[in-house]
Amino acid sequence: MIFGIDVASMALGGMAAGMILFIVSVGLSVTMGLMGFVNLAHGAFAMVGGYVIVHAMKSWGLPFVPALATGCLIIAAASIVLERLLYTRLYRAPELDQVLFTIGLVFITIAAVTVLVGPENQPLTLPSWLQGQVDLGFTTYRTYSIALIVVGSALALGLWLGFERTRLGAQIRATVDNRRMAEAVGINIDRLFTLTFAVGSGIAALGGGLGAEFLGLDPQYPLKYLVYFLIVVAVGGLGRIAGVFCAALLIGVLDFVLKKYLPQGGTLFIYALTILLLLWRPQGLFGKAS
Amino acid sequence: MLSNKMIAAVAGLALAAGAAQAQEVKVGVVLPYTGIGAEFAQLADRGMELYLKLNAEAVKPYTIKIIKRDAKNPGGADAKIATQELLTQDKVDALAGWIYSPNAIASAPIVAAGKKLAVIMNAGSLAAFQRGFEINGGKVIDAIPMGGAGAVPDFTPFFQRVKDQKPDVFFVFVPAGDHAAAIVKTYGALGMRAAGIKLIGPGDITQDTKLQAMGEAAVGLITVHHYHADLDNPENKRFVAAWKQQFGADSTPDFMSVGAYDGMAAIVHAIQATKGKMDGAAAVKSLEGWKFNSPRGPIVVDPATRDIIMNEYLSEVVMVNGRLHQKVIGQIDQVKDVCKAEKIGPCAPK
Amino acid sequence: MSGVASRPTEHPAALALAHRHRLRVWEATPWLIALAVYFAFPTYLAFATEVLITILFAISLDLALGYAGIVTLGHAVFFGVGAYTVGILAKQGLWSEPITGLILAGGAAALIGLASGRVLLRTSGLTLLMLTLCTMALFEEAANMAAELTGGFDGPVNTRLVTCYVISAAIAGIAGGLWAQANAYVNLSTLSLDRAATVLIILVLGGHGRLYGAFVGALAYMTLSHFLSQLYPTAWQLGLGLLLVIIALFARNGICGLGETLLRRINRKAAAS
Repeated sequence: MIFGIDVASMALGGMAAGMILFIVSVGLSVTMGLMGFVNLAHGAFAMVGGYVIVHAMKSWGLPFVPALATGCLIIAAASIVLERLLYTRLYRAPELDQVLFTIGLVFITIAAVTVLVGPENQPLTLPSWLQGQVDLGFTTYRTYSIALIVVGSALALGLWLGFERTRLGAQIRATVDNRRMAEAVGINIDRLFTLTFAVGSGIAALGGGLGAEFLGLDPQYPLKYLVYFLIVVAVGGLGRIAGVFCAALLIGVLDFVLKKYLPQGGTLFIYALTILLLLWRPQGLFGKAS
Repeated sequence: MLSNKMIAAVAGLALAAGAAQAQEVKVGVVLPYTGIGAEFAQLADRGMELYLKLNAEAVKPYTIKIIKRDAKNPGGADAKIATQELLTQDKVDALAGWIYSPNAIASAPIVAAGKKLAVIMNAGSLAAFQRGFEINGGKVIDAIPMGGAGAVPDFTPFFQRVKDQKPDVFFVFVPAGDHAAAIVKTYGALGMRAAGIKLIGPGDITQDTKLQAMGEAAVGLITVHHYHADLDNPENKRFVAAWKQQFGADSTPDFMSVGAYDGMAAIVHAIQATKGKMDGAAAVKSLEGWKFNSPRGPIVVDPATRDIIMNEYLSEVVMVNGRLHQKVIGQIDQVKDVCKAEKIGPCAPK
Repeated sequence: MSGVASRPTEHPAALALAHRHRLRVWEATPWLIALAVYFAFPTYLAFATEVLITILFAISLDLALGYAGIVTLGHAVFFGVGAYTVGILAKQGLWSEPITGLILAGGAAALIGLASGRVLLRTSGLTLLMLTLCTMALFEEAANMAAELTGGFDGPVNTRLVTCYVISAAIAGIAGGLWAQANAYVNLSTLSLDRAATVLIILVLGGHGRLYGAFVGALAYMTLSHFLSQLYPTAWQLGLGLLLVIIALFARNGICGLGETLLRRINRKAAAS
């Protein structure tokens, strides 16, 4: 019985952590897969989104959920402007120039946030209905973790349906698989890119707000967690929603279990696991072999 | 004739400049102004600034010029270069700051060679606590190293493991900073208090700047530390009031700010004692046995170790009018650093 | 990138070798600048040493990235191995002669490069990037894990790629050894992601696959951040970020690439008139 509770609590805790990784990383996976654009500034969108959400709650007095929506929309809108003005100029550039550009953007964001808001961590206070614990029948667990699992799963399902069942999703899949062919059959690539970029950034902003309880919010955010976002994308396979979802859950749960039973190992296992997975499947769990 | 006059004029200027320079004392400050330590750097920076503002009289007739350098990261190399350039290019009279130990270690040979006063503004306390705990009959049943931040720095797995072992007391030591609030929130969210597990630790986990963000879960938390913003002494009242006026009502000083405040006070004392000359050996000598009424209570610099002797406060977090406060429930006067006195932890002989 | 590597005649390294490099007068300038710094600004010696070591490190990365197309985010592992080799030998009192110490540092790094290269270089793109990064992270946390892991995997790897990688590793190791000698201490920062990412940015900023890209990149990046951080310690990254963004937007292949484009334009104009 004790063992059962233990397994349940580990699964739940790990899944909650994995959901945050999924929500923040999914946009990165799609932009990298769809546009072949290495957007290392993706975490900056998540961070600024988180800041907007905290600000919306503190200064505009919005409740948690409307604040999340506001942050998501503002970042999506802002990302359209950035995409049209700057990113689009680099779509055909070599990947390394894209790396240079997006790391430059990260530096600018870090400095700007430090000057405008300050270097300190931004506290996000959860509403009381998300605090404390909830009885699930078989075990009692942290309410917020359960909420994250529900929201993350719903989002994953929604994105997956959108990907598999809508016209837009079909266009994106076609472009990920064969861009030239997609252009040839008359898909408006430019509009598709802008739209996907905006959705990915908006979801990242949502992740910034939802994940603040665990990841915190401070100017270093985009660099601090970049490696984890990249691991999830690489392990999942570029441009694969289901892949990102499974990779994020896998990393989240394993990290949780290993931290609990082998705390001395630190983050060692995550790196070892990533190496093994990538050597086994270089295209990622769900990626197509090229 | 003309050239003679010009030389006289130039000489006059040089003299005036020389006199002005004698009045100005340059203090080089090496702190991680960017990167993960930026928040601490800001707190320390403000502590120094506030000392100079509140004690303008103590500084006279000298003026202090602070030259800030970014230590950037804990790698050591940038801090070392910054320290070296402060000494060789800016010709500073005293040095202060650091925070990251690799930076302090890397800079140490240069500071020693520069023969200037150097004030390190913070120190850790884990070994000391464990020692005190065990001497007094406690038993550590499990020490869980939490390592660096994992994929998601979620403390739930560690805390779950603690909860399973049902200890009476759960002692947490984390470097102050972002994790403090996460620790207390996780403690609350897992219902550990209801399970009869008391959370205690050094004041790092109730760092003033993070306290309000912890909410209800922090009530009842017991910590030992040398400073928190709710200490009841006139020096601290003045310090906190001035801080809030300067940096906003929501802002609060913490132990880092007080460390910097006291560090600046020490430098000013050394300046007065050496009549602005700031010769390294004389400056250090003048600080041996130096007494100061700090916001953290009276402090003395131990002439033997050059370390600080100060009060330690046992405090409990209470809720007053919807805001969290730290109430002092016990006090140990004039504590020497156990680490150095007993040669344990990082001070153990190697 | 694997496609490029498989056709030797179009390979950047082959092209670079085919195009014989003729020394020109202006190429003496960097060395003159280096000499001048030594005599004119003795108080900048510590900073100048750091810049020189970074240039060497960036050149080593250029061998892997610019000439063999290996995009890696784990190059600091070789820097770190070199630094630790020198550090540990000196600390144990085994070896303190500096020149041979550097050779040992380069040798140790080359061995690691050979072992990891044979396994990792079968992949490319993001996968290779993450593999090199994670390998470095493993080294950072437990130095002996990597050897166990890599022993079991073997596969056909392009030998020329591995050769390039091993030479590159050796030079990176020498750079790390120099760093340890110059600083008289070694710590984990020598094999951190921070160092690996910075050197990659420096090389791309300067221009990869070019003789002077590493030189220009390191000088521009480090001088700008050094002096900006003196002026504005809390927000100097803003200026650095702007430089990266502007170069990425307006130049192809870094500052050197920009210089070449401009030179070509001037030449064309001169020829036209």
